Amino acid sequence: MTTTELRYATPEAQRAPVVKLYLGIGLLVFAGLMLVGALMRAAQGATMLTLAPDVFYQLMTLHGAGMVGTAGLAALAVNWYFLSQHVQLNPKIFLATLLLSLVAVAMIVGSILIGHFAAAWTFLYPLPAFSLGQWSKGAALTFVGGLLLLGVAFLLVYLDMGVAIVRRYGSIARALGLPMLFGREPIDATHSPTVVASAMVLIVNVAGIAVGAIVLIMTMLHLIYPALAPDALLMKNLIFFFGHVFINATIYSAVIAVYEILPLYARRPWRVSRPFLAAWLAVTLMVLAVYPHHLLMDFAMPPWMAIMGQIVSYASGIPVLVMTAFGGLMLVYRSGIRWDAASSLLVLSLFGWAAGIIPAVIDGMIHVNLVMHNTLWVPGHFHFYLLLGVLPMVLGFASYLCANGQQGRTGLVAVAVYATGGTLLCLSFLVSGALSVPRRFAVHEESWQWLGNVGALSGGIVLIGTLMIAVPILQKLPRARLASTGIGARA
Amino acid sequence: MHISILLVSLLGMGFIAAVFGFVVLNSGPRDEDFGGIAKRGYFIRLWWFIGLCAAGVLVSVWSLIPFPLQASSAESPRIIQAVGRQWSWELASNSVETGEPVRFRVTSQDVNHGFAIYGPDDKIVAQTQAMPGYFNDLDVTFEHAGKYRVLCLEYCGVAHHAMVAEIAVTEKH
Ligand code: HEM
Ligand SMILES: [Cu+2]
Repeated sequence: MTTTELRYATPEAQRAPVVKLYLGIGLLVFAGLMLVGALMRAAQGATMLTLAPDVFYQLMTLHGAGMVGTAGLAALAVNWYFLSQHVQLNPKIFLATLLLSLVAVAMIVGSILIGHFAAAWTFLYPLPAFSLGQWSKGAALTFVGGLLLLGVAFLLVYLDMGVAIVRRYGSIARALGLPMLFGREPIDATHSPTVVASAMVLIVNVAGIAVGAIVLIMTMLHLIYPALAPDALLMKNLIFFFGHVFINATIYSAVIAVYEILPLYARRPWRVSRPFLAAWLAVTLMVLAVYPHHLLMDFAMPPWMAIMGQIVSYASGIPVLVMTAFGGLMLVYRSGIRWDAASSLLVLSLFGWAAGIIPAVIDGMIHVNLVMHNTLWVPGHFHFYLLLGVLPMVLGFASYLCANGQQGRTGLVAVAVYATGGTLLCLSFLVSGALSVPRRFAVHEESWQWLGNVGALSGGIVLIGTLMIAVPILQKLPRARLASTGIGARA
Repeated sequence: MHISILLVSLLGMGFIAAVFGFVVLNSGPRDEDFGGIAKRGYFIRLWWFIGLCAAGVLVSVWSLIPFPLQASSAESPRIIQAVGRQWSWELASNSVETGEPVRFRVTSQDVNHGFAIYGPDDKIVAQTQAMPGYFNDLDVTFEHAGKYRVLCLEYCGVAHHAMVAEIAVTEKH
């Protein structure tokens, strides 16, 4: 670290404990929710297990809200950890975010398991208020309130991150590298990709969560005063804007692990350049503009929005394929990299993200969407990004921090198990989608059930792989000295 | 259509897997001249970028002109009201003839539903959303006779999967 870096950085001893808490809790929750996922797929297979529909939809709501929330928090931990090398962040605020989130989680889990709330994590208005006796108004309010609290928790730490960034870089735009991109400042090769990514995440996710808060409050008001019924199409727009931005911000936060750790393993730098900055600016704008691809089957939407949705969908894949995945591969090619759990997870994550873009972009075409929308094709592509993208980023980060990469061969076997199971699971979804199997169906027709069984077994394999990776990490985590540099250098 | 979508996707994903496999297999031995690798890399990247952009323009033009959701040009399609509610469909008519242009006028009485027509082969023919307060027009001309079904494709509560209606399509006399 240079002296400037040291002057701004958060002291190491303050950073470690909270990050450890985030990771430890995250890994445990991921494993538990994977089991829930496997149970759902088994129920759709109908040979190993049957679940009553109300239970299935509660589990679906739990799995969706739980996975999205936990992935968001784990990716936040990646972002916070690496950003804190560059700016002075407040660990107490970061801890407060975790504590608020845990209260939110308790509200969400309680509303589902005790209150039987089951309107899915997207709480599509006005379903929360129309349960037909399945759940009470109180349960719906608790769920929606839990999500709102989670949003507040994120905004809290984002405020700290934003202030710290502005203190060092002058503005968020400058952290994003805009003056360099437009030639008003020379390219500074020491400007960290982490700072660029953090600026992007702050911009989009503050907007996303703000819109989320608005739609959550409107949903609550509607629950309390049913006469106050906002327009359903407007609410749908707001909800998908929020959901899309939030999950994308999760991916773009977690990818910081790749930018920071892969170079240490490859012993080659990942530096900012003009194309890199251009890609991140493009991504910032496109993440905000692409959500209409969720509404292609709402013919009441203006056609220009559907056209924009399709085109921006395609375009937003390009920076990932051209900059991040390609950049990662260039780093690895003939680098003599040491393959261990961490390095292989990080490369796997780039693969999962890049590969998932293909079915996503194809489904973003209006012609295709007419026959694929809301089939299992959709979970097919997003499990690629999330299960084979975001999670390996987080697991790779955790493995690197605990120097668990040292475990060598067992680590590689674990990653292979994880990748095999994950790929099979995603393929079971995609093939189902091509056979027009709907998503979010508790009961599947007989001709679809074999795919559910394949998915359940694959989910079991993923869970085994996850435990093989996570258990050694969890054992070392409490004592691990989080070393921010040097591990890869030993390779 | 459905299977070719799957095949195209698998082809694209297979290509990405092959590139990753190639690089991982060639991750060693170490070449200290990263500058040289980067130079060649940037050259490939530039063409990769241009190729993706060109493909994007071609595919967009080909798939967006004419605009796919345009109402059919049929003179006067037969209009069939379709109303979704938790948890059933109410169709103004359940029988249609082949070749007859039909316009389903789809709406909902309570929450969001998805109006998806499944063919006799159990594949989706077309769909639109059923929204409270809105009417979405879905134009379909059935080509084959047989038993078609309407399934709900927007999650709407505990009996969402059981929200099924039938449409009998008969040969035109
Ligand atoms: C062993 C691993 C996993 C299995 C077996 C699994 C299984 C499933 C199943 C069966 C569904 C419901 C599909 C349907 O619509 O019928 C689902 C939905 C979903 N999963 Fe997973 N999943 C796994 C991992 C993950 C991960 C790691 C994430 C995110 C980080 C995730 C996020 C989601 C989301 C957001 C949904 C949508 C829920 C909804 O439709 O409301 N899953 N998963
Ligand atoms: Cu439904």
